[in-house]
Amino acid sequence: MANLTMIQAITEALDQEMAKDEKVMIFGEDVGKNGGVFRATQGLFDKYGEDRVNDTPLAESGIGGMAFGLAMQGFRPIAEIQFFGFVFEVMDSIVGQMARTRYRMGGKVNLPVVVRSPFGGGVHTPEMHADNLEGLMAQSPGLKVVIPSNPYDAKGLLTSAIRDEDPVVFLEHMKLYRSFRDEVPEEQYTIPLGKAAIAREGKDVTIVTYGYMVREALKAAEQLEAENISAEVIDLRTVSPLDIETIINSVEKTGRAVMVQEAQRQAGVGATVISEISQRAILSLKAPIGFVAAPDTVYPFGTVENDWLPNAKDIIGKVKEAYNF
Amino acid sequence: MTISRKELSWMYETMYKSRYYEDEMEKTYTEGKTPVFNIGSGTVPGEMHLSTGQEPAAIGISVHLRKDDIVASPHRPHHHAIAKGVDLKRMTAEIFGKKTGLSKGKGGHMHLFDPAVHFSCSGIVGAGLPQAAGAALAAKKKNKDSVAVAYIGEGAANTGSFHESLNLASLWNLPYIVVVENNSYGISVPKSASTSVASNDLRASAYGDNVKGYYVKDNDPIAMYHASKEAVERARKGEGPSIIEIETYRFLGHFQGDAEGYRPEGEVEELREKDPIPLFRDLLMKDHSFKEDELVSLEEKAKGEVDEAYAFARESDYPDLEEALDNVFI
Ligand SMILES: Cc1ncc(C[n+]2csc(CCOP(=O)(O)OP(=O)(O)O)c2C)c(N)n1
Ligand SMILES: [Mg+2]
Repeated sequence: MANLTMIQAITEALDQEMAKDEKVMIFGEDVGKNGGVFRATQGLFDKYGEDRVNDTPLAESGIGGMAFGLAMQGFRPIAEIQFFGFVFEVMDSIVGQMARTRYRMGGKVNLPVVVRSPFGGGVHTPEMHADNLEGLMAQSPGLKVVIPSNPYDAKGLLTSAIRDEDPVVFLEHMKLYRSFRDEVPEEQYTIPLGKAAIAREGKDVTIVTYGYMVREALKAAEQLEAENISAEVIDLRTVSPLDIETIINSVEKTGRAVMVQEAQRQAGVGATVISEISQRAILSLKAPIGFVAAPDTVYPFGTVENDWLPNAKDIIGKVKEAYNF
Repeated sequence: MTISRKELSWMYETMYKSRYYEDEMEKTYTEGKTPVFNIGSGTVPGEMHLSTGQEPAAIGISVHLRKDDIVASPHRPHHHAIAKGVDLKRMTAEIFGKKTGLSKGKGGHMHLFDPAVHFSCSGIVGAGLPQAAGAALAAKKKNKDSVAVAYIGEGAANTGSFHESLNLASLWNLPYIVVVENNSYGISVPKSASTSVASNDLRASAYGDNVKGYYVKDNDPIAMYHASKEAVERARKGEGPSIIEIETYRFLGHFQGDAEGYRPEGEVEELREKDPIPLFRDLLMKDHSFKEDELVSLEEKAKGEVDEAYAFARESDYPDLEEALDNVFI
């Protein structure tokens, strides 16, 4: 076991899978010598050389299209999009092409591509450099959208993502990169995609969340415990496809649900989770489902961000509303 | 072709102003940040890309531009904005995230907009290229002789937008000028690893006979003046688009806080030896009979304006929290 930050766990997952499978290759802007702007690929260029770790020109649609072509021909490309706000430049490659090709070809072809990218807010990068666009990806059939909430999960989920036969969008919350460490086994291991984790068990209310908000939800659950409210926290880990079963089982047990996401409110992962709970578990509910999300505005700049982002306090408020309904 | 004294003194004053502005920003940016480059705190929030060393690119073309000409700028926009005459006080307030900013503190340093002088920018590299071509088409449709300039770095010349915009601009014969600031790097990636041609002016012929390419060596403001003069005149007369590549120098990191591990040792010191501002100053004195006191007074004027802009930004208030909810449909 080593005590690693999430960024270190990610580098380790990439390194070990590259060592194991020579079909795995990495490319993107500044990922080579520089090791990526967040240093996720640090040391890999020196270790594997430019045949397998490539700096690309500034050309996202090219990066996405190249990944597609390489995967078609049997490679397992890992493409880095420097900040997920730049995904609009490569939307067709990911959503219009990669995601749909297995279906279009009647299941004859798989595209084992991983698109890795930093995302999320709270580190005071401006808009386009701090966005929560996972909802856009989740709405696209044919993509798996994976979002780890801690170093241990990051390594296991990324290893699974690289080994997966289909395109995976792997989103790494910037605030989690270096904010804490976890015990991470040195050997390789996988965590299944499409399966949620129960990050904390509880009996009064189910908090469903993912990414950085898992931290805030756990903080909230701890404070609620002191007031004798027992909150269960579900970490989705994969936001598409959703692990509906784990969510429903929990809600049936607790009778209350609060959805928490950092993304803006409208039409995202949370809206889907809430819709599924209402369709499948409405008779188990003792209170309306709560929803904690960012306001439906463009990502704000400057000091406003601190107030704009959801936090433990907002979660506690919604949990109490549900509990005291 | 001689350059008028008035133009020379505008060029010097504006270059000086731009440099002094960036020097002040470099200092201000670290203020209140712990650790020093923490983008999450301090007087100036967010990332910061400074143009120190790249002034000739902006000044050499802007001397030919009018208020109604259009400029689209990328993530490194301060020198372009200053040369285009963007309101300096409100620009600085915007960068500080203040209520009195160009966009009420909602845009920040990569998103500066001043419609009064037709200036816009985007943090998305390459975004401004087709936008400027669109503005050029608008000028043509309105039967005006204004021109549209898109500034980009050499890295951005490899985006699809570059190709799409230039092909369209040639087909429709638009008053569109792309200024490529070749500072040798796109973040850490050297030009040699990103670009298939020696310089982007060479790409002009691929887009059509009406597209002209210019190459400006050595970060030279005078050569930039001449190339731009021809390009702007051609555009105004409806003779077609141009690509001007200028070899320029980025004295600082890609962003403030960049460890610059990709730079060869001693590169910056070597580039600093060729600082365009003192060189231009010497030239004005030697070849154009400018007097020391005349230059000092231009410098003082520029400094005064910049100091005033920073003071304005400092004294301004932050936006009220509720303002975060304005200007969208909620
Ligand atoms: C579409 C997009 N991709 C990537 C980035 C991240 N990025 C910002 S600046 C930059 C390099 C730009 O290089 P260049 O065009 O040469 O301009 P310079 O920074 O040298 O002025 C990159 C990759 C971005 N802002 N937008
Ligand atoms: Mg550059």
